[in-house]
Amino acid sequence: MYMKKRWISLYVENQIGVLAKISGLFSGKSYNLDSLTVGETEDPTVSRMTIGVTSDNVTFEQIKKQLNRCVEVIKVMDFTEMPVIKKEILFVKINSCSEKDKEEIFRIAKVFSLSVIDYNRNTALLECVQSENRNDDLIKLLNELFVNRIEVVRGGSVAIESISITDR
Amino acid sequence: MQVKGTQILVKALKEEGVDQIFAYPGGQVIDIFDALYDQKDIEVILPRHEQALVHAADGYARSTGKVGVCLVTSGPGATNLVTGIATANYDSVPLVCFTGQVPLNLLGNDAFQEVDIVGITRNICKYAVTVRSREELPMIIKKAFYIASTGRPGPVVVDIPKDIQVAMGSDEYPSEVSIRSYKPYDSVHMGQIKKALSCLNKAKKPVFLIGGGVNIAHARQEMTRLAELTGVPVITTIMGKGAIATNHPLYVGNIGIHGSFAANNAISECDVLFSIGTRFNDRITGKISEFAKNATIIHVDIDSASISKNIAVDIPIVADAKIALEKLIENAKPLKIGKWVDTINDWKEKYPITMNNYEGLTPEKVIRYINEHYKNSIVTTDVGQNQLWVTQYLEIDENRQLLTSGGLGTMGYGFPAAIGAKLANPDKAVISVNGDGGMQMNIQELATAVAYELPITIVVFNNGYLGNVRQWQELFFNKRYSSTCLRYRKSCERRCMSNDECCPPYTPDFVKIAEGYDAHGIRVTDEKDIAAAFEYADSYKTGPTIIEFIIEREADVFPMVPTGNPLGDMIMSND
Repeated sequence: MYMKKRWISLYVENQIGVLAKISGLFSGKSYNLDSLTVGETEDPTVSRMTIGVTSDNVTFEQIKKQLNRCVEVIKVMDFTEMPVIKKEILFVKINSCSEKDKEEIFRIAKVFSLSVIDYNRNTALLECVQSENRNDDLIKLLNELFVNRIEVVRGGSVAIESISITDR
Repeated sequence: MQVKGTQILVKALKEEGVDQIFAYPGGQVIDIFDALYDQKDIEVILPRHEQALVHAADGYARSTGKVGVCLVTSGPGATNLVTGIATANYDSVPLVCFTGQVPLNLLGNDAFQEVDIVGITRNICKYAVTVRSREELPMIIKKAFYIASTGRPGPVVVDIPKDIQVAMGSDEYPSEVSIRSYKPYDSVHMGQIKKALSCLNKAKKPVFLIGGGVNIAHARQEMTRLAELTGVPVITTIMGKGAIATNHPLYVGNIGIHGSFAANNAISECDVLFSIGTRFNDRITGKISEFAKNATIIHVDIDSASISKNIAVDIPIVADAKIALEKLIENAKPLKIGKWVDTINDWKEKYPITMNNYEGLTPEKVIRYINEHYKNSIVTTDVGQNQLWVTQYLEIDENRQLLTSGGLGTMGYGFPAAIGAKLANPDKAVISVNGDGGMQMNIQELATAVAYELPITIVVFNNGYLGNVRQWQELFFNKRYSSTCLRYRKSCERRCMSNDECCPPYTPDFVKIAEGYDAHGIRVTDEKDIAAAFEYADSYKTGPTIIEFIIEREADVFPMVPTGNPLGDMIMSND
């Protein structure tokens, strides 16, 4: 039972209830859903989901088959071993900042390539578009530096096949 | 021409070849019933409860292969369908269930009799949809019938708000449908077929394991031909029973927790397991790690998600059973496996399934009577011991069909399913076998059978217990019969262990119940009266008859594989 993180890109009909159908499949069958993002594509009748799951090989095969048999699912793509670009948006608000804190925040922003997109006298708002793992690391660091003072909201990863690597 | 939504619905039903629908009226479908009132091509059957209604549609569908159609009102009408939808979903039965819904502008308003039936049934049906405009109504109905009846069949829910039912729109019903996200398999990978056959040809101890998929694909003839061509013995699941005639020399028996000794042993010892149309459900595998441990496993199934779900498969073939069987027959050849076939036949002879250890009236004797006297028939079962006995003893061939709730195991299924089967097959004898517990779950349908003059023979095996659970309590809970005695009354001791003449009388009196419904009833306590009772039932041509067989209270179903044991590890009797 080798558990690991896996990614699926899913094309579905852009209809009412399809998101509930897909998320209901994961809860109903006790699959471990880590994240799910969804949005309309260039074709307004199609939505595309990026789904992150942690599972063993056998369960993951089942997940893909179960998704495939849903009437509303157009295509299932396994992104786990594919060259893809994958990013997640993350906002972190840091409260009760001192002047020293703010200096530290700007240093972190520089090192981690994130932006301070808003702030006032004692609050700063960071925006970060990175991999899910890097966002995890950043949250861990900020949690250590600003104990009980941060507020986090994450968007879940979106992924697309890369061009240059796929071409080779 | 512009017509109402209800009119296009009626037109759609006709175009889809629907001759009977199972329908219960209510506020949000009253317009549809009004539209149905004027036409002659579709008979509207009114069962007495929506759960029975959907089981009746299920019996209609299983016995004909056609789509069963349900029509119920919103709210409680719709929620009463839930058990029947899940039952049909598990056993791959094609149904289209129309539910009324509150008008679009009240959706989400917690209106009177509003429920989100699409949300409720999403995980227990093949497809569910609320119609959101009059324009899309015809195409949604077309899609519903297409999805229900193709690929792995299943139930589809179409929820129609009341305002769409009365809205005007086109009278055109599409003749074709194409769904980009739904493409059922209509071919088979020849490479995999050849791989499977080359594996089979090398086998010394091969068996076929056949599930319900072969029956659903109407591939009995092909299955029989393949078995005869190769000489490989055939084992079935409960749902696959009848895929080859049960009196065929190559038929071994059912596998599973109440399967035959020969079948369970053959599976445990085979070197190639060639399975078609089964899900490897936990009731047939026993302890998974010991299941067909030394075998190479070939698996044909139309649903790729059924392959390698429970059992790791070596050669997967995604295809409709009939298409795969046709290709297999073209390329198969006889195997030299005489010794293996002899071994299996020895087991069959040495360890037959029997209730000979019980005296007097036994379910086995009743079922053997049915085997002898009802050659052209449909037998439905309820769930529990009655079902297990029937699936053990009933002989099936092309003229006798078995309908049973195998996947979900729904008590209350058997009798309403018999009503649907009889309506669809007026020329066949229809016998519904029940326990005394399940019989009471949809007993109100006696009214339906009387109203539509359906001469169904209703067998009730009455042991005064919820017998299957009682058997488990006897074997694994030290006879602590917690809530399984149906003769219990308030005056009884809570932890009663007795089982004798002092027990309170059984309630209800099934014979009087039958009379109350203007049906017929007869009670049998002695084996010598079995024939007379069936003859009594046969003498009534325009209504149902209950035959209540008073059987040994603590008769068990054997053999039995206790949960978690390997298949070969069976309890043969309680002696």
